[in-house]
Amino acid sequence: MLDVDSILADRDVRIVVCCGAGGVGKTTTAAALALRAAEQHGRRTVVLTIDPARRLAQALGLTELDNTPRLVKSVDAAGGGELHAMMLDMKRTFDEVVLAHTDPVKAEEIFNNPFYQAMSSTFAGTQEYMAMEKLGQLRARDTWDLIVVDTPPSRSALDFLDAPARLARFLDGRMLRLLLAPARAGGRSMFNLVTASFGVFSRAVQKVLGAQLLSDLSGFVAALDSMFGGFRERAEQTYRVLQDRETAFLLVAAPEPDAIREAAYFAGRLRQDRMPLAGLVLNRVHRTQLPQLSAARSLAAAAALDQAGEHDSTAEVLRIHAGLVDQGVREKRVAGRFTRDFPEVPVAEVPAQPADVHDIDGLRTIGAALARPLSRP
Amino acid sequence: MEDETDGCEGERDVNQVNPFWPARLHVVTGKGGVGKTTVAAALALALATGGRRTLLVEVEGRQGIAQLFEIPPLPYQERPIAAAADGGEVRALAVDPEEALLEYLDLFYRLGRAGRVLRKLGAIDFATTIAPGLRDVLLTGKVKEATTRTVDGRRIYQAVVLDAPPTGRITRFLNVTAETARLAKVGPIKTQSEGVAAFLRSPMTAIHVVTLLEEMPVQETIDAIGDLAAAGLPIGRVIVNAARPPLLTAGRITQAELRRGLAAAGLTTDREAVAGLQAEAKAYLTRQKVEQSLRAELDELGRPIVELPLLPDGVTRAGLDTLAATLLAAE
Ligand SMILES: Nc1ncnc2c1ncn2[C@@H]1O[C@H](COP(=O)(O)OP(=O)(O)O)[C@@H](O)[C@H]1O
Ligand SMILES: Nc1ncnc2c1ncn2[C@@H]1O[C@H](COP(=O)(O)OP(=O)(O)O)[C@@H](O)[C@H]1O
Ligand SMILES: [Mg+2]
Ligand SMILES: [Mg+2]
Repeated sequence: MLDVDSILADRDVRIVVCCGAGGVGKTTTAAALALRAAEQHGRRTVVLTIDPARRLAQALGLTELDNTPRLVKSVDAAGGGELHAMMLDMKRTFDEVVLAHTDPVKAEEIFNNPFYQAMSSTFAGTQEYMAMEKLGQLRARDTWDLIVVDTPPSRSALDFLDAPARLARFLDGRMLRLLLAPARAGGRSMFNLVTASFGVFSRAVQKVLGAQLLSDLSGFVAALDSMFGGFRERAEQTYRVLQDRETAFLLVAAPEPDAIREAAYFAGRLRQDRMPLAGLVLNRVHRTQLPQLSAARSLAAAAALDQAGEHDSTAEVLRIHAGLVDQGVREKRVAGRFTRDFPEVPVAEVPAQPADVHDIDGLRTIGAALARPLSRP
Repeated sequence: MEDETDGCEGERDVNQVNPFWPARLHVVTGKGGVGKTTVAAALALALATGGRRTLLVEVEGRQGIAQLFEIPPLPYQERPIAAAADGGEVRALAVDPEEALLEYLDLFYRLGRAGRVLRKLGAIDFATTIAPGLRDVLLTGKVKEATTRTVDGRRIYQAVVLDAPPTGRITRFLNVTAETARLAKVGPIKTQSEGVAAFLRSPMTAIHVVTLLEEMPVQETIDAIGDLAAAGLPIGRVIVNAARPPLLTAGRITQAELRRGLAAAGLTTDREAVAGLQAEAKAYLTRQKVEQSLRAELDELGRPIVELPLLPDGVTRAGLDTLAATLLAAE
């Protein structure tokens, strides 16, 4: 069984990463863990959230979007802990990276380039890369002794690991080099060094997209050229930190087929990359309070009451109960696919709350449930 | 090429629209995981009912349609994947942005073998990555082409259903002119994107937003509809997926009531059973209340709403037919 408290209490653990498919409760889990670390374990904690639900963001005081952590009020600080929270601003983080790597004049040029604007807000992978970048920044500041990281709502949980490398590869890639070569050599045509078919391509691209686009693109590439090394180096550095023992990965999944499949992929990948997987949080599970009354018996009793034409409400309660029992059985079967393949990964189950989790008290409830997982058969 | 109009007995119907689903292109969006692919497939089945032919398209390279119908990955080629009720046919297509770019360039510039070399070089991937707006024009351009395609003056498809990107990206995806105008100021791509933009803003298109009765999907639905409306894009229906039937409409049940009911049903009436069942009922009612207030928020949008039931056994083929029938019955 996953012992969340011993992870949060362990001073050697400096980073907790919550990952998993979209919508399973990563942000909620990250915030609940960070709150618990601050209140129960006296840690100076910062939580980096990516896309909190609006009301949760308000509860955490994330109304000022200045891309730096803010102290969360109404946290019990009796044990000497603190909670800071921030929400990732992807574009702003990218701007900061540019500013850190180049002089203000050149930075301004980059900011004004339409390709930079498109890429810093839409490139698949930018958000993942910037989450990593922000994590690196927070760690470098050495202000907190625990950083809890939420991960972007990727189409797949693996994107978080792969996207930074993909972006670095892209910025560093052959195509950019090809485009860049003439700019470096000071040649007039951007494509004068390349093969015949590339010539066809460039002519096609020129015709289709127009010359302005090509000059914007070459400007963008030239401006970014000086930063290639820096990009790659930082992504690699953060990647190494993630492999270190100071980091604990928590996989978050709901007991649904897609989420469990994603979790299994991700666990396999972490194993392969020798990254430290601390456990699986199985979020939003449904459990009956009365396992001794089976679904079949409950439904039969409801049908009998219907037949007799009385006690309508009791019949409906019995149907609700039967639905819950069935759902629990289904969820156990689905989650079993993960535990069968990864028996060594400890699991904590968090019950589905009847309403959404959007205040500090709600986070406390989730944190307590995480620390005191339901018993598992 | 085979005669595209053969083999589908209800051809006479293809030029008529369904009065309750009047568009030709149905774009299905929603927060990730709410059931976009499921609902898009059900809608394609629904509109093919009665001997018509529809096309179900995906553009995100996820092979969601193949997974849903448990068939091998779809190529960049339209092919039959399912029969609809009363002799209709659903075809499917997974649009690949690279293929679409090559097809497009070929059309204008006769690239031939050079295209394959370019692909090897990674040029195509590069071009569609560096300019996401370009990729989106190619994808929506292909969808427009399929929707408007005719043979001998007859439409190939009664309707095309697009399993579209999620709410967070849908407006940018469909707002093609704005996106490409930023990058391509002249040239055929600009002309192409203007044609696509006009089509997407015409009554030929309807954008349906799928949601669950949960806070975040509903919030995203409201945000997306606001953004789509501001961009002048035509909004169709709000589709509430996986809705549960209302139970305990009285709103409460006392322990005494429950004890009498359980006794009448011959079940145990011990404290644990009564308290346990009452707690379960309370949680259900709390959830139901949250769902009611989310329904009210959706109502305020003033758009037609369709509710699709939660399928207790998950999405099977029979389940898809149930959803399709519910969609067809919507007014
Ligand atoms: N255990 C739970 N019970 C009930 N609702 C939950 C639970 N965990 C998360 N939620 C709700 O589910 C929604 C999605 O959660 P979130 O943490 O934002 O997911 P993710 O970050 O993985 O996309 C939120 O509205 C949240 O309040
Ligand atoms: N009406 C429904 N009843 C039960 N399960 C559903 C229903 N609609 C969708 N699902 C399930 O929910 C999950 C997500 O659906 P999917 O269509 O893949 O969503 P999306 O395309 O939006 O990511 C799938 O496992 C699917 O089987
Ligand atoms: Mg999140
Ligand atoms: Mg899908």
